[in-house]
Amino acid sequence: MSMPFYVSPEQSMRDKADYARKGVARSRSSVVLQYSGGILLVTPNLSSVLHKISEIYDRIAFAAVGRYNEYEVLRKAGVTYADLTGYQFDRGDVTARGLANWYAQALGQNFSEPTGKPYEVEIVVAEVGAKPDSDQIYRISWDGSVSDEPGFVAFGGQADQVAAALKERFSDGMSLTEALGAALAALAAPAAAAAGNATAGNGAQPELTAANLEVAILDRARAHRTFRRLHGPRLEELITESRTPAATDTAPAEAPGAEAAGQPATPPSDEPPTGPAAPGDGSPLL
Amino acid sequence: MGGFSNGTGRDQAAFMAARLPSFAHFLSSYDPGLLPGRDLGSLGSDAAADVIRGLPHATTIVAVACERGVVMAGDRRATAGNMISKRDVEKVFRADEYSAIAMAGVASVGLEYIRLFGVELEHYEKMEGRTLSLEGKANRLGKMIRDNLMLAMQGLAMVPLFVGYDQETAAGRIFSYDVAGGPYEEHRFHSIGSGSIFAKSALKKFYSDDMPVNDAILACVQALYDAADDDSATGGPDLTRRIFPVIATITDDGFRRLADAESAEYAQQVVGERMRLPDGPNAPLRTAS
Repeated sequence: MSMPFYVSPEQSMRDKADYARKGVARSRSSVVLQYSGGILLVTPNLSSVLHKISEIYDRIAFAAVGRYNEYEVLRKAGVTYADLTGYQFDRGDVTARGLANWYAQALGQNFSEPTGKPYEVEIVVAEVGAKPDSDQIYRISWDGSVSDEPGFVAFGGQADQVAAALKERFSDGMSLTEALGAALAALAAPAAAAAGNATAGNGAQPELTAANLEVAILDRARAHRTFRRLHGPRLEELITESRTPAATDTAPAEAPGAEAAGQPATPPSDEPPTGPAAPGDGSPLL
Repeated sequence: MGGFSNGTGRDQAAFMAARLPSFAHFLSSYDPGLLPGRDLGSLGSDAAADVIRGLPHATTIVAVACERGVVMAGDRRATAGNMISKRDVEKVFRADEYSAIAMAGVASVGLEYIRLFGVELEHYEKMEGRTLSLEGKANRLGKMIRDNLMLAMQGLAMVPLFVGYDQETAAGRIFSYDVAGGPYEEHRFHSIGSGSIFAKSALKKFYSDDMPVNDAILACVQALYDAADDDSATGGPDLTRRIFPVIATITDDGFRRLADAESAEYAQQVVGERMRLPDGPNAPLRTAS
């Protein structure tokens, strides 16, 4: 007859948090940031059909990193929450704050359940307001903790590095191309740092192009549904534009390289269960 | 049952379990009370019939397929029995980017269905990441109207008219319904509501294949004028209060509701011509050979 070992609640929570953190750390970072005309969401994503960024409601978008199957369930639940709230009351009564709270409770409850696994996801819910000062960006972690991120947020694998790089470049009232330039430079920061330190980076990530990026905006000027994906020629054009004037100021981006050397720079080949990677297996998941 | 999310486990489980892309289907298991088509129970009394007769009813809608899509227009009157209950009611609505819906019959029930239908289309689009085919939308609406049959038999009847731009065939299409559902695809033009007999007769004479959008709009306004001329429940253009028909075009550019100033122009043109010819333009008696 065997007795179960006693595991202290602290230990159990720590184990779960470690487990979730490791899962999320395998994914690549995403960024969400304000620009003068709305909110820009950018993430590396090889698939053009399995999205990491999606529309939730008229003025609300969703971005996630981690396990695709898990955040897809959360995304659909969010759409259902938003559609139900808007149907019962009014479309204007659906808010990012309400949705972020809903996600926080759902994730928190799941995390504190004694059995089962925690979600290996991080979620960002963004809402574009009528004016820039009413824009909202919330970040919700696997354990249900929520934070209100003014201006910009980086989340996912190397979030700290990306956030540091983004902070240097972010300013209020950027244009769309400036914001995209900042986002791309920030997303490339970990790879740049790794390449600067490691010898001839075998962990070097492919350059970010229109083909391996997922980009969307919440367009303040639009009526009704403000969410728009940017892809194809329009995105290529924007990327070229955002890179041409910024060519000079990409040089001092190596600053966070020193800390990065200490961290295990996860090679992108180790990316298995997280976001949809291979474009080949892109049969739509129903 | 409150129905609104209060963060309980039940809500979370229900939202997380919502895998089917139909919002109405979700409501039917989550809280059927939120669906419009609910049986009122035994309602046989004369008093109940009086109440229903006193409800605002929406009247005439016309739709015309045209060059780059389809045009839909509706008059602005709602009637309760022999009374005018509202002069500036809206009956033509955007269903999604490439379709529009309008209704005739009990206005409150119609509005509830139109709202539900709009959410249904958008919900599918967001859940699945693609829009429904135009047939898919029309079929879904048919089932929703069918679910209202019990209410319709108790007097709360409403009938929609659904039009859309079919991106596959690059053409405007029109679908009609009866109280038991549908859809029935209509070709070229159609009208529903109390004034529809007159509007359809008028359209028959005004219509030609592949009309330019502007002509189709004018045909709709002419037909609504004729309907208002002979049907007391249909409202004509109200020049004194500046209330004009609601006109929507659904083309390859998507749904567009004409601004009030634009529809005023069309309406004023028609009224101006009718000052000279009260019965409207003459159709040639013999087919030109």
